[in-house]
Amino acid sequence: MNDIVRMLLQRLSLGVLTLFVVSLIIFLGVSLLPGDAAQALLGQSATEDTVNALRKEMGLDKPPHIRYLHWLGGILQGDFGVSIGNKREISELIGGRFANTLFLALYAAFIAVPLALVLGILAALYRNTWYDRTVNVTTLSSISTPEFFVAYILILFFSVKWGWFPSLANVTLDTPFLERVYKTFLPAVTLTLVVVAHMMRMTRAAIINLLASPYIEMAALKGMTRRRIITHHALPNAWAPIINVIVLNLAYLIVGVVVVEVVFVYPGLGQLLVDSVQRRDLPVVQACCLIFAATFILLNLIADILSILTNPRLLHPK
Amino acid sequence: MSTDSKELLLEITNLQIEGFSDEQWHQIVKGVDLTLHRGEVLGLIGESGAGKSTIGIAAMGYAKPGCRIHGGSIRFDGMELTTASDEEKRKLRGSRIAYVAQSAAASFNPAHTLIDQFSETVVEHGINSREKAYEDAKELYRKIRMPNPDDIGFRYPHQVSGGQLQRAMTAMALSCRPDLIIFDEPTTALDVTTQIEVLMTIRDIVEQFNTAAIYITHDLAVVAQMADHIKVLRYGETVEDADTRTMLSDPEEDYTKSLWAVRSFRKEVEAPAPEPTPILRVESVTASYTRSLNPVLIDVDFEIHRGHTTAVVGESGSGKSTTARVITGLLPPQKGAVFFDGAPLPPDYRKRSKDQLRQVQMIYQMADTAVNPRHKIRDIVGRPLSFYLDMQGEEKEKRLRDLMEMIEMDPDLFLDRFPSELSGGQKQRICIAKALAAEPAFIICDEVTSALDQLVAEGILRLLDRLQQELNLAYMFITHDLATVKAIADEVIVMLEGKVVEQGSKTDIFAPPHHEYTELLLSSVPEMDPDWMDRVIEEREQKGGMIAAGN
Amino acid sequence: MTEHPEPVQSADAAPPPQRRDEGRLSVCWRELRKAPLSAKLGVIIIFTYIFVAIFAPWIAPYGEAEIVGDQFEEWSETFLLGTDNLGRDMLTRIIYGARNTVGIALLTTFLAFFLGGLFGLLAAAVGGWVDQILSRIVDVLMAIPVLIFAMLLLTIFGTSVINMIIIIGVLDSTRVFRLTRAVSLNVVVMDFIESARLRGEGLGWITIREILPNITPPLAAEFGLRFCFVFLTISALSFLGLGIQPPTADWGSMVRDTADLITFDDYTPLVPAMAIAVLTVGVNFVVDWFLHKSSGLKDEH
Repeated sequence: MNDIVRMLLQRLSLGVLTLFVVSLIIFLGVSLLPGDAAQALLGQSATEDTVNALRKEMGLDKPPHIRYLHWLGGILQGDFGVSIGNKREISELIGGRFANTLFLALYAAFIAVPLALVLGILAALYRNTWYDRTVNVTTLSSISTPEFFVAYILILFFSVKWGWFPSLANVTLDTPFLERVYKTFLPAVTLTLVVVAHMMRMTRAAIINLLASPYIEMAALKGMTRRRIITHHALPNAWAPIINVIVLNLAYLIVGVVVVEVVFVYPGLGQLLVDSVQRRDLPVVQACCLIFAATFILLNLIADILSILTNPRLLHPK
Repeated sequence: MSTDSKELLLEITNLQIEGFSDEQWHQIVKGVDLTLHRGEVLGLIGESGAGKSTIGIAAMGYAKPGCRIHGGSIRFDGMELTTASDEEKRKLRGSRIAYVAQSAAASFNPAHTLIDQFSETVVEHGINSREKAYEDAKELYRKIRMPNPDDIGFRYPHQVSGGQLQRAMTAMALSCRPDLIIFDEPTTALDVTTQIEVLMTIRDIVEQFNTAAIYITHDLAVVAQMADHIKVLRYGETVEDADTRTMLSDPEEDYTKSLWAVRSFRKEVEAPAPEPTPILRVESVTASYTRSLNPVLIDVDFEIHRGHTTAVVGESGSGKSTTARVITGLLPPQKGAVFFDGAPLPPDYRKRSKDQLRQVQMIYQMADTAVNPRHKIRDIVGRPLSFYLDMQGEEKEKRLRDLMEMIEMDPDLFLDRFPSELSGGQKQRICIAKALAAEPAFIICDEVTSALDQLVAEGILRLLDRLQQELNLAYMFITHDLATVKAIADEVIVMLEGKVVEQGSKTDIFAPPHHEYTELLLSSVPEMDPDWMDRVIEEREQKGGMIAAGN
Repeated sequence: MTEHPEPVQSADAAPPPQRRDEGRLSVCWRELRKAPLSAKLGVIIIFTYIFVAIFAPWIAPYGEAEIVGDQFEEWSETFLLGTDNLGRDMLTRIIYGARNTVGIALLTTFLAFFLGGLFGLLAAAVGGWVDQILSRIVDVLMAIPVLIFAMLLLTIFGTSVINMIIIIGVLDSTRVFRLTRAVSLNVVVMDFIESARLRGEGLGWITIREILPNITPPLAAEFGLRFCFVFLTISALSFLGLGIQPPTADWGSMVRDTADLITFDDYTPLVPAMAIAVLTVGVNFVVDWFLHKSSGLKDEH
């Protein structure tokens, strides 16, 4: 098991290192700006003295590397600093919103993953039939479609014309679970439609690749039933590619969520990010970017680790 | 290998198979007949594209993806496979007809142990319980003299060496005691010393269990050992069909005769007496790839003379190609040096002068990857002319045409083609022309004929031989094929695990006494004589259990 | 020894030489006629967009930023697609959008290809520490999703078209880098590259004459895909109000400006959104067909 432990440790430390570098980039990018948070907080009219006082209070007079460590240390303890816009603690702003975003992404994944896997595997098994061709053209089209297009079409029909679902997903902290599910149905379906096509095409490609292996042909020549070939010969080797597909698309969901949140006015992290970018509220943008990036990196890390753990060649070393 | 039980097992008549390429169906197999009796071994032989594998696998009622059985009849033990249902055919496969693939490494499922894949066939076809199958597997592993027969089955495919894997696959084919086994080039990917072990296993099994077999190969000497009957195929048609001894001693068709004659090529002219300074001298070279602790070359030392061909022989991993990398400067050695015409060559090719680079040329095994597919022949052969010799315009054009004449290709026809419009043999000729264009004194030929069919390979050997005499070239001929060595070498260097184990003139090396490894190598190369393998087995048994050595 | 080259040449038959008496255009035309319906559709779409983009001032009924009516006028004979939130003609702005949105996306894609292609080739051809450093930088840049990273950078540098082109171009070049490096590495291991090195050829010859001609087909396909991605990202940014800024006519921001109409059962915001979707679908259809043709091994029949 030595090999596999070493690879896992390697991958883990690489992930931590990437996170570190990314946080550094996000921090440094912001310090490139003329002026600083103290100036921005107090506005143009503030006197030099008050700005300096606040600067001291916020630790802005210290050299960059100290400030960076300070900032990072704060984040590790859940302290993201103060918003320039409304002077509130950023961690307060983010907390509930991040949960909302995760809820939406998981909701979409809950519909999308089983759907994509089933459709993708079917397309691989029945490839070059009319089913496969239809699926190919449909998914190509849906990959090419912007999220907001899908979203507005859904709103037009399900909300405006038929009135089945609300077009605004205005949930609050104490919205009950079922109502939450109902209200976020349209955003979740939008995300599903956008991500299913990707996931399905990747699943199809992975399965086709797998079925072309000589050992699958060998199983057929040993007189194994089609069912056994799939369950016993293809599946144990399919985990790695399938897990990869799922996790990569979850990461994709996290990003796709930004636009969808804006369309449905859903109180998530993406909406906050967009608002803050427009207001140039840097500390908030910094915090949101860091959270998005960290989630993204973490998901990729999980994908890599799972594919190491499911690789038979690594599980049974020489 | 007895044909006395005359019960008919397999009868194929007028078999036609089509393959789909370039958006239309092409005939691959054009009406082949074949009969096989119980306990009989049939050798299918032919060059690439002869359709031998397609026919072999069709005997199971199976067509590869992209192929279809389009006409004719396949009767196995009274059952017509062309019209049988998928379920009927499925029940036959694995239990009554088994298949052994060329690459066992790719054909074993990486997710299951060898013994599980062995017993799967037995259990799924409802022949026996898993426990019984396990016992039987161990028994068979013991019979074919696998090392640790009780444990080896519990390993995963990637934990076992290539030769052992191929033998395990043969054992697996036997798991249901089928009536017929199809062997599809089972030893092509193996080294000679491993090949003979697999061949012995296969023959043991076929004899012990009186199983009928179809043995597909392009290697005549191998088929001579294995088959009762031989069928020669070409372009999906039967050329000739006879029992092995008749076929070998008295072939009727011209094509068969030409195949048989291939191995008769011998260099005719004696090499000139060696000059005092060798053109190339490798002096006690030790080399290793970065960060690897074990050197891949240890104290390698030899000389090559003008007008001579020095063959470097060894199996995969022996360091013969690494030696070439050291000489060309791609892998600077840790110790030792390479001398060209008495002067030391800088170890790194980037430090060598244009002229030093020009003097040492290389021809590769895969002509396909040795020429840029996006360049025309004119540019491929012409580049060294303008790069080294500053030739332009008419002078270059004239030289280009000369070079094409030298390699026996029509300049008008070929100069403006792309490599994809040439055959394998023609591409290799272009590579030779490209090397010659630099006007070198020394050429490294790295397995230049191993990717080619035998007839084509012989043409290349003859060409190289003629060029050597005309231009007084020195060749370093890297090969694993001893038949090629016999044909073209003046001197031979035998390598094993990075060391030179024996070197000398061809006659010295091929005449006893040999070094122990040379002996093993030489005795493992199959000969056309059908009795060769029996003789080797006997000799080795007298010497004491070399066969059981395993890997 | 003056015998014939190979006594029996047959087994080594060369493929027939290709027809050379026809130009590239006619080859394209012949291929296109054999292409599946989706690819034909894609080609028609692409050419339509190019035509509209080039001749926008002649086709459009009004000026790009001209206020010609009231706010949010309904579809009518004067304003085929109605007017927007400032009373500008929607159809006119859709037509100009072909110029602006597609043009900016194309520029960005070119930038991404120039940077990614150059460094990718370099990393593959030189190898060693150059490759290591470039690859590690790209790994880190790719660890942040493009849209998120772009938003951060736009906040820092300000939202202008030039900034956006540079930011998205640089961020997207990481994908081009990865692909170029990967396909180049497949070529670099070939013997003809080793052979060129041993001949003494320099870096320029090896990358441009030996490697580049062999990687153009996958890069061409990737150009289509990258274009779609860049185009969608820019549209998303514009939709969020962070991309192309007014008064430039742009499809993403047009959707944003007219979005509220959807709740009144008005299709207007769907029109610019559709303009985006149709182009990307068209490009994807063509790329899919191209990939299918050039690989030839994607699926066997």
